[in-house]
Amino acid sequence: MAKENLKKTPLNEKHRLLGAKMVDFGGWEMPVQYSGILEEHRAVRGKAGLFDVSHMGEIDVQGPDALILVNKVITNDAAKLAVKQILYSPMVYENGGVMDDLLVYKLAEDHYYLVVNASNTEKDFQWLLENTEKLNVQVVNISAHTAQIAIQGPKAEVILQKLTDYNLNSLKYYRFDFAKVDGVAGLVSRTGYTGEDGFEIYAGPEFAGQMWEKILDAGKDEGILPIGLGARDTLRFEAGLPLYGQELSPEITPWEAGLGLFVKLDKEDFIGKAALVKQKQEGLTRRLIGFEMVERGIPRSHYPIAVNGQEIGWVSSGSYAPSLDKNIGLGFVDAQFALLGAEIEVVIRGKGVKAKVVKTPFYKREA
Amino acid sequence: MAVLQDLKYTKEHVWVKFEANRARLGITDYAQETLGDVVFTELPPVGKLVAKGESIGIVESVKSVSDIYTPLSGRVIDVNGQLADSPELINQDPYGQGWLMDIEPFDAPQMDILLDAAEYEKFLAQIQVEQENQQNQTGP
Repeated sequence: MAKENLKKTPLNEKHRLLGAKMVDFGGWEMPVQYSGILEEHRAVRGKAGLFDVSHMGEIDVQGPDALILVNKVITNDAAKLAVKQILYSPMVYENGGVMDDLLVYKLAEDHYYLVVNASNTEKDFQWLLENTEKLNVQVVNISAHTAQIAIQGPKAEVILQKLTDYNLNSLKYYRFDFAKVDGVAGLVSRTGYTGEDGFEIYAGPEFAGQMWEKILDAGKDEGILPIGLGARDTLRFEAGLPLYGQELSPEITPWEAGLGLFVKLDKEDFIGKAALVKQKQEGLTRRLIGFEMVERGIPRSHYPIAVNGQEIGWVSSGSYAPSLDKNIGLGFVDAQFALLGAEIEVVIRGKGVKAKVVKTPFYKREA
Repeated sequence: MAVLQDLKYTKEHVWVKFEANRARLGITDYAQETLGDVVFTELPPVGKLVAKGESIGIVESVKSVSDIYTPLSGRVIDVNGQLADSPELINQDPYGQGWLMDIEPFDAPQMDILLDAAEYEKFLAQIQVEQENQQNQTGP
């Protein structure tokens, strides 16, 4: 068990009062579950759930050359963004391996806001600083001054609307705006990591506690529950959303991870472009697949994947999927086996257990 | 955390109920609470010979995989077939419908590694103290 000093979000005390099980998540003390992962998972799919995601990193990029810097480090193209629009993108090293995946918020023509994975915040911040040479731009790590709360699920809009005068219905997917929630000025975006509709709210840490309680209160009749990292993981996984450290790492390129949609080779030079162009020309040797178990067994991260006893890859994420009542996984395999319907085996405790390659996302909400 | 008086326990959080010629095994209330929602079990085939201390089954929750260690040597004479479709019985009724298997022990119960209810409660209290100490160490 971790004995070092863990970082705490402004909502740490609230989680304890709610009886959450706390765990060390990349140096942060975070709630892994409150009432139970399955119950929390189902609440988000059917009603609504509230997440503390204040551990996420926020980096502010401002100045005449802000767009140049952002577009230099990401593989997607921020030039096409409108103000108050959001972009998802991988950020890669010179060799094409993924450093992180992030959201780019365009606040103004010369002002962007990057939301990055908690454990990568310092690494990403340093990377941005290293790349500001000759650019007129200011990069500030504002993570410590930002709390982030996510409300997700089919009832998210109804619940949050009770606390704001802003017309949430007018806020489109991957757009954001400045709005008062419970009287507190913040930034509200229609984004999330669950496969459901929902919002992410950014505000000063001093307001987080009250906002958290107000939202739980406002959603009581709709059946809102606080949601821990355990259900956050099963939700994102069913929705086929990659997780840094599992589907994404410096050893994996965006092509391999199935994120080609977010690599824009037609934009001018960016870090890693040459390597990604080369890999595309040469063809991929491995690819991310989704699979479901045909025989009994739960795939888990790092279990080998085999065909006819020959190892062809590994499981990156695997779990029982509560919304599908199936055991499913994501994994990297030799490209020749990345075919829908292909029969593979997951090696569980030394035994090959049958599975088959299926389409991702495993779960898609009804439009 | 429920601890039943008429059962024996192991430090791996397995309970044992001795009857005439069989010993019924399951996981304790503390174990199911710690694991969280159980979603999968793997039990040995009936007839299998098992040796004291070996892993004889697997209980998986959403986030974890746990071995079940037998405190007795013997032969597996029955397993709880309901768990294949309803693993949640382990959470709902760990000492009843959530039982795992019956073993016919080879010798008289080896009481050296089995705790009675009072001893197991004491053991749980000890674990709790250790956890609290650790939490205090992570405090500000």
